[in-house]
Formats: sequence, structure tokens, C-alpha cells
Amino acid sequence: MGSGKTALVASLCRLLADEVSLVVVTNDIFTTEDAEALRRMGVLADDRIVPVETGCCPHTAIRDDISANLDAIEELEARHAPVELTLLESGGDNLTAIFSRALVDVQIFVIDVAGGDKVPRKGGPGVTTADLLVINKTDLAPLVGADLGVMDRDARARRGELPIEFTSLVSLDGAANVAAWVRSRLTAWSNDPSRR
Amino acid sequence: MTGLNPALLLLADGRFPAGGHAHSSGTEAAVKAGDVTDIATLRLFVEGRLATSGLVDAAFAAATCWRSARPGDADWRELDAEYLARTGPPRLRLAARTLGRQLLRSGERAWPSSRYGEARAALPDGVVQPIAMGVVANAAGCSPAEAALCELHHLVGTLTTGAVRLLGLDPFIVAALGASTAPELTRLAALAASTCEHPAANLPADLGLLNDVFAEHHGTWEVRLFAS
Repeated sequence: MGSGKTALVASLCRLLADEVSLVVVTNDIFTTEDAEALRRMGVLADDRIVPVETGCCPHTAIRDDISANLDAIEELEARHAPVELTLLESGGDNLTAIFSRALVDVQIFVIDVAGGDKVPRKGGPGVTTADLLVINKTDLAPLVGADLGVMDRDARARRGELPIEFTSLVSLDGAANVAAWVRSRLTAWSNDPSRR
Repeated sequence: MTGLNPALLLLADGRFPAGGHAHSSGTEAAVKAGDVTDIATLRLFVEGRLATSGLVDAAFAAATCWRSARPGDADWRELDAEYLARTGPPRLRLAARTLGRQLLRSGERAWPSSRYGEARAALPDGVVQPIAMGVVANAAGCSPAEAALCELHHLVGTLTTGAVRLLGLDPFIVAALGASTAPELTRLAALAASTCEHPAANLPADLGLLNDVFAEHHGTWEVRLFAS
């Protein structure tokens, strides 16, 4: 919660929307706030951003019963065909949250330093198995007494060779490293013959 | 089909992925309006809904199930028109069609049938949830009465789960409330099934106006947890 998911989505839209056909689905817990925030930032055309209600069950909506998210994605991908990249921002805040493989190809898990530098050590499926772990708000580390070196070391211990990116999304290109990673995954996806 | 039917349990299970978890079927609106605040008012709410929208939905599920089981056209347009005649508010129609689409998606993976394509083709604006339930229930080998019971069971589950999530009601007391509806569910399922061969125009039309008003009002909120 408040780790910077929406800020990351906004930043990725700014950096990638001119290169690839991009749509966004948000899973706000309460309102359409995240979707509206994105629209206000003007990072993407309004009709490329869709909010989905999850009825107090943000994890169910991305994992056990993906019906509503699937509907939103299918509708967006039909309306803006061909869509090259779909970003789905989950609601909630839980170290146990994972996405269904029927919904996403890759998962980015976002934590922030203000949440405490012990979070990577705790692990959980997000920290351990997400295709990319983003540790955000590095600019706050000195203020909250978070040791980035500890977080990096603990995260690597949990993740082995899986990538980790540190970000500070206060600057407009703060997600440049994440955008680069997304580009590399897009290239790999389109070059993979088994995905046809 | 006689005897135990495991498919019925799967179809009735709240974990069957058909999008239901995102809906409270009016409970969120009722809670905000102060109509549902505790277990006693929840009970009244459940009883009122069972007797009105519950019976209507169960009857349409049973009628569709029966028509899907016999050869030939299943009167899709007639059933849909009659359901819509009983479901005026746009927000209720949207929820019904959304849940219907989502149920068909899951149902056809679990229990394939030619009826799914027929229903979708006949009703391009969407297949409402009770009609979808009838299609899926038939494909799963359920009887019209079982389709009706499933529909009623889902209503109770949706309302009570919504109240637990919104009010933090004691889940054990709520479970007991659910269990206590069994005689009424039995009665209403039989009643719904008894009308399944009637012309669609003659199916139950007992409705509660408050539910209609709540649905439209809920749709205007900026802050809401549930889609309906």
C-alpha cells in the first residue's frame, strides 16, 4: 500500500506509450481513484485506462477468480487492437499476492524502503518469485533508516538470479530502468516462437 | 439425473470462478442506507430478497434449464425479454449481463455444450445471469429444481458474505443464518421449478422496488467496494 504502484504505472506509460500500444487496468480497492489519477496525469488516452471493482477481494480478483479483470482486458484489447502491452495494477497490499498465469505473462512486485528494510528478508511469493522486484523510494532511505545494501543482499538471497531494480519515482524518468526491463521482455516475447 | 450430483456442488461453490465475489447484490447499498446493520436486519434483508428477486431469478434459471434439456430452440429471446421486463434499472441489467457472461465463460470450460454458443448468438446484448445459470446447470446434468436451488443458494451467499465483509458480522452466526434458510430455499426452489414449463410471460414477477432504487443509487457512488 502506497509503495508506488500507480506512480510506476504512470512512469511506464510516459516512457513507453509512444513506442508501443499500451492499455492499463486498475484494481482500486475503493474507488476509481487510481484510474482517475492516471487520467489526470495525462499519461495515456482516457479510454485506454479501465478500473475494475474487486469487492473487498483484491487478491481473489487477480488470482482465484479473474473474471472481471479478464473481461476488462479483453474489452480493451479488442477496442484498441492491436495492443502490445497491458499493465494490470492490483489493489491491496500483501506479501502473499500473486497473479494468475491466465491473466499476466510477467509480474512486477513493488515494495518501498519506507515499508522497512526487513521486507525482502520476510520473503513471500511476491518478493521471491516475481519476474521483477522493484524497490522504490530510494530517496527516502536515509530518512527512514533503511539500509539499501541490506535490502539488496536480502532480496538477492531470496531471488537468486531474478532481477531487482531500485527506483525513485519522484523524477519523471525514475522508472527508466524498469521500462528498459519491460522492453527487453517485450522483445523476448515477440521473438519466442512458442508463444504464437 | 437422479441421485447425488457432484457437479451441483461445484456450480454452487462460491469459489467457482464466475465473478460473483465482486458483487454484493445490493447489500452494500442497504448497509449504507442503514437498512442492514446487524444480524437481525440482515435476516430480514435475506428473507425479503429470497421472496422477490430470488424467486424470479430461480424461476428463470429453472425455465432455461428445462428448455436447454429438450431438443430444439430454447426460447432465448422470449426468456430474455421477460427477464428484462422484470429488471428495469440499467445497473441491474448491467450486473446481470456481466455475471451471465462470466458464468458462461467458466461453465463452458467445465461442462461443454452447444447451448452456450446458441445463447450468445441469440442474445448479442448479453445473457443475463439466471439464463446463464440455466444453460450451465443443464450442461452440468442438473435438473431445473437444482438450477433453481443453486440460484437461491448463491443469493443467500452473496448477501451474507457481503454483510460479513462490510460489517464484520460474526461469521459463525452468519453461517447459522444461512443454514436456517434451508426450508425456505426448499420451498422456493420447488415453486420455481413448478413454473419451468410455463410460458416465459407467466413466470414469477414478484419484485421489490427498493432493490431497484438501491441498485441505481449504488451505481452513482464514487466510493464503493462492490460492483453492484
